[in-house]
Amino acid sequence: MSKLLQKGWRPAAVLLLLLCIWEAAVHLANIPRWLLPAPTSIALEFGNGFGGLMPHLQSTILLTIGGFLIGCTIGIIVAIVLHMLPGVQEAVYPLLILSQNVPIIVLAPLLVIWFGFGLLPKIIVITLVCFFPVTIAAMNGFRTTPSEMKHYMLMAGAKKTQLFAKLEWPHALPAVFSGLKISATYSVMGAVISEWLGAKKGIGVYMTLASSSFRTDRVFVAIFIIMIVSLVFFGLITAAERWALKWREEES
Amino acid sequence: MALLKIEHLSKSFDHLHVLEDIHLHVNAGEFVTILGPSGSGKSTLFHLIGGLLKPDEGKIRLNGEDMTGKRGLISYMPQQPTLFPWRTILDNVLLGQELQGKRDEQLAIEMIEKAGLAGYENAFPGQLSGGMKQRVAFIRALLSPQSLICLDEPFSALDDFTRLEMQQWLLSTWTTYQKTILFITHSIEEALFLSDRIIVLSTNPATVKQEFIIPFERPREKSLILSSEFLQWKRELTESIFER
Ligand SMILES: Nc1ncnc2c1ncn2[C@@H]1O[C@H](COP(=O)(O)OP(=O)(O)OP(=O)(O)O)[C@@H](O)[C@H]1O
Ligand SMILES: [Mg+2]
Repeated sequence: MSKLLQKGWRPAAVLLLLLCIWEAAVHLANIPRWLLPAPTSIALEFGNGFGGLMPHLQSTILLTIGGFLIGCTIGIIVAIVLHMLPGVQEAVYPLLILSQNVPIIVLAPLLVIWFGFGLLPKIIVITLVCFFPVTIAAMNGFRTTPSEMKHYMLMAGAKKTQLFAKLEWPHALPAVFSGLKISATYSVMGAVISEWLGAKKGIGVYMTLASSSFRTDRVFVAIFIIMIVSLVFFGLITAAERWALKWREEES
Repeated sequence: MALLKIEHLSKSFDHLHVLEDIHLHVNAGEFVTILGPSGSGKSTLFHLIGGLLKPDEGKIRLNGEDMTGKRGLISYMPQQPTLFPWRTILDNVLLGQELQGKRDEQLAIEMIEKAGLAGYENAFPGQLSGGMKQRVAFIRALLSPQSLICLDEPFSALDDFTRLEMQQWLLSTWTTYQKTILFITHSIEEALFLSDRIIVLSTNPATVKQEFIIPFERPREKSLILSSEFLQWKRELTESIFER
């Protein structure tokens, strides 16, 4: 805990300073509320509207977790398959990159046309933004397995599955976790965007309603909630990483 | 009968002729050293024996059976320790056994303790010094179920103090566990101190140049390397290496 305090006070101080400047600027320049609300009025709105926010928040978090789990699982499976089949990898790699060049904003309405307003198009959107960092990171981790270690395993008579399970997978795990961390933050964004497609609940819905009625303070509440949820997600993955990669901690 | 027998072995990489018509054998229980300069193809020879590479010509036999190109029949300690950083020392040491089936933790713990690494069973390799890592890599090779152990310059990265200590430790462990060792080095002294027999390789391409049977009695003490007999042998080996 004291370590967190030691490391955390600098960014916290900067954040606080920024908020103070924002607050002062809004008051000094007399900026109207619907244009840019002061941090205090955002906080006030957050406090007042918290009860109404909860269902939105809950549904977004569930969607994020579901999409993240599905997206990352697919990402890891794709990485393993492509690693095991180098010929396929060559053929499919450009497609993977292309999949990231399709703007989600354009794709999202199409998905609704194809799959309706249900859960499926939303999960597809989150999966599309989630799997790529994980796939690339995992493939890179598999590929960079030191050749001396591979030679040792092969000469010791390791089968292909043993080589993967005992060497390539654990070696790639740190890389996989960096991919997971990126995906964790993306998945929150993905969930919010997918809620714009049409949903009954969710931070994305709350946000659209707020901006169409010029409740700028509520838009900012949504923004801050998205940031906090992203941070918490990132923190959870980091904690899981610490636990899974204990050997790295003890090395340093 | 010889445990390992290598006949007419040749290997080239593209246009580089590395090994030329290598003949050698290792008897069960013997400690044989291959002595050759850096880049002569010693590691390549081990990769051939281990089945990682296929020879252009020649056969490798284990107990009379053709094992050319087959993997998993010898135990191996690579030139770098190549311990797996995510495995504890105990799990590292058991890796060779794990690949072949059963784990014998009792024996592993005993050997870790005998190697002076008691208390490190659950440590990770990152916490160990170079010499300790080499010990772990050697125990891993020793615990593997195969009877022939191939050691590729295990001590070349160590300082003089540690090396001499490790050589003695290697000898005492070897006598206890009754394995056959094929050892690679480019150090004449190391070869003399450790071996029953030394096979000297020439370079470009490597061929077996000469073979020496080393008569020093076992167990061998540190003081051996200062005896006049040892120095006499050293001179003889050096001359053999430099004569063309
Ligand atoms: N996979 C490979 N492809 C091409 N050339 C190789 C390969 N492996 C080894 N060589 C070449 O074969 C020669 C012998 O290499 P090797 O590693 O067997 O030498 P060594 O005797 O073990 O040397 P050292 O004592 O430095 O370890 C070198 O010139 C090396 O460049
Ligand atoms: Mg070598």
